[in-house]
Amino acid sequence: MNINKDLMAASATPLVLAILAEGDSYGYAIIKRVRDLSDGQLEWTDGMLYPVLHRLERLEFIKARWGKSETGRKRKYYQLTSQGKAQLVEHRQQWQAVDQALRLVWKIMAPLPQAAC
Amino acid sequence: MADTPLDIEAMITDWRRFLGQRRVLAPEDIDELEDHLRGQVAELQSRGLGEDEAFLVAIRRLGKIDAISREFALEHTDRLWKQLVMAGQDAAGAGFNREMVVALLLAVGAAVSLKFWDITGLFPLQPDQELPLFYLINAPFFVLPWLCGYFFWKRGLSHVHLLKLVPPFLVAALVANAYPFAGAGNTRVLSILHMPIALWLVVGFAYAGERWAGVNGRMDFVRFTGEQFIYYLLIAIGGWIFIGLTFILFSSIGMNPERLAFTWVLPCGMTGAFIVAAWLVESKQGVIENIAPVLTRVFTPLFTLLLAGFLVTKLVAGQGITMEREVLIVYDILLVLVLGLLLYSLSARDMGAPPTLFDKLQLVLVICALLADLTALWAIAGRISEFGFSPNRLAALGENLILLVNLAWSAVLYFRFAWGRGALAPLVSWQTAYLPVYAAWAAVVVVVFPPLFAFQ
Repeated sequence: MNINKDLMAASATPLVLAILAEGDSYGYAIIKRVRDLSDGQLEWTDGMLYPVLHRLERLEFIKARWGKSETGRKRKYYQLTSQGKAQLVEHRQQWQAVDQALRLVWKIMAPLPQAAC
Repeated sequence: MADTPLDIEAMITDWRRFLGQRRVLAPEDIDELEDHLRGQVAELQSRGLGEDEAFLVAIRRLGKIDAISREFALEHTDRLWKQLVMAGQDAAGAGFNREMVVALLLAVGAAVSLKFWDITGLFPLQPDQELPLFYLINAPFFVLPWLCGYFFWKRGLSHVHLLKLVPPFLVAALVANAYPFAGAGNTRVLSILHMPIALWLVVGFAYAGERWAGVNGRMDFVRFTGEQFIYYLLIAIGGWIFIGLTFILFSSIGMNPERLAFTWVLPCGMTGAFIVAAWLVESKQGVIENIAPVLTRVFTPLFTLLLAGFLVTKLVAGQGITMEREVLIVYDILLVLVLGLLLYSLSARDMGAPPTLFDKLQLVLVICALLADLTALWAIAGRISEFGFSPNRLAALGENLILLVNLAWSAVLYFRFAWGRGALAPLVSWQTAYLPVYAAWAAVVVVVFPPLFAFQ
């Protein structure tokens, strides 16, 4: 399924923040997690995650630090800040409101195609 | 998978180099992307892909570099600017810092070589008195040898090159200081004006090294000259603001900072900034480079209008030009500016591109300059036949003839190019081949003129 670009962009922030709420992580692992969570439906262009991470870092929702990978290479880890946690709550409420409205509207719409048949 | 795949480390190194060309991607960003790439490759390999296959898929997943760079650019707009301050080179920066230290030491050396004569009391600088002539005579020697030293170090020139660099300076310093000039007469003034032009060629030797023989080496030197000029002006503007603020601040507490400003800040700043400007040009290649072509685009039409308007007015009014010395000098500066515009637009041009409307405009400019030069020559010839030779008239005659030859042949070559009957390359090699001629004539004025006119 091809998900609309705007929708991808809008959902990126809450997804990244929520994944980091589970624990510190790094770019590649975050993308894998998104893929798993969405059953492969959300296919980000991998490189696009990094500008998003850097933006969140600038806004101080997440904090970056350089660490080491299992193989001893440089790896940049990201951690949720308290501001980020607050932001995540905010996002969650907004998305839930949208989600609720959509669910309702789908429910109302659902009978329509069947009635047409 | 039995066959040996391409070495993944080599592929990653290539890929990193490719990304490194993107100004907006900092080395740390590339590290981060590399970690990602390696993670992806490892996973794909564990699913049974070969190393090079895995690499290709991982690169593909990462997305188009252009698009990623654009996103990075949106997020890190500051980086596009920071290039001015940060190194264009490795951000690890050991080499960069060393170069900065060398440049600053040379700048301090230049300032010291000037202040030495003041501190020792040989030629004291006094804020309320006229500048000793000594400093005007020797101004080139306070900066240019240091500049050559910088390039000697930077280009790693061999000692053979010293033979090309040191003797001209020694001869020039001798001629400037040992000739028995009769006060600040005409030959003295001419010598002061022409000395920097003659010695600038020596800087060219140091700048281009072995490449001086080729068109590209000389063209780079032309670019360097223009850009150093721009940087120097920028630093000078900052310097004037600095001095102005110094005055305001110290005056406000009832002190007079005149001595500090005019015997320390100004002379040291003017000499030191020369070296610093050269270093900035060298380490920031590609930043201001974009300004110079814009400036030529803006000023070529303006100068064309100015010259054409002047020639038409002169024709209509039927007025011969009165050729005072100052007017002649301004005339020559104008013509040199035209040549500078021509050289600069050539240096910034894609050699393979077909002629455009701008080229025709430039041709009009060259022709206008040619006509203006002819009127100047006419006036000079008139004065010479009326009053005989003087140092000023002979120098002006030589300069205008040199410009005439250059402009005339440039016009022919440009005409051929603009009407699709020739390439641009001959014009470029003509201009670069001509560079030593200016310096040679300047050297003649400096070395031959004073004895020729009995040091008057």
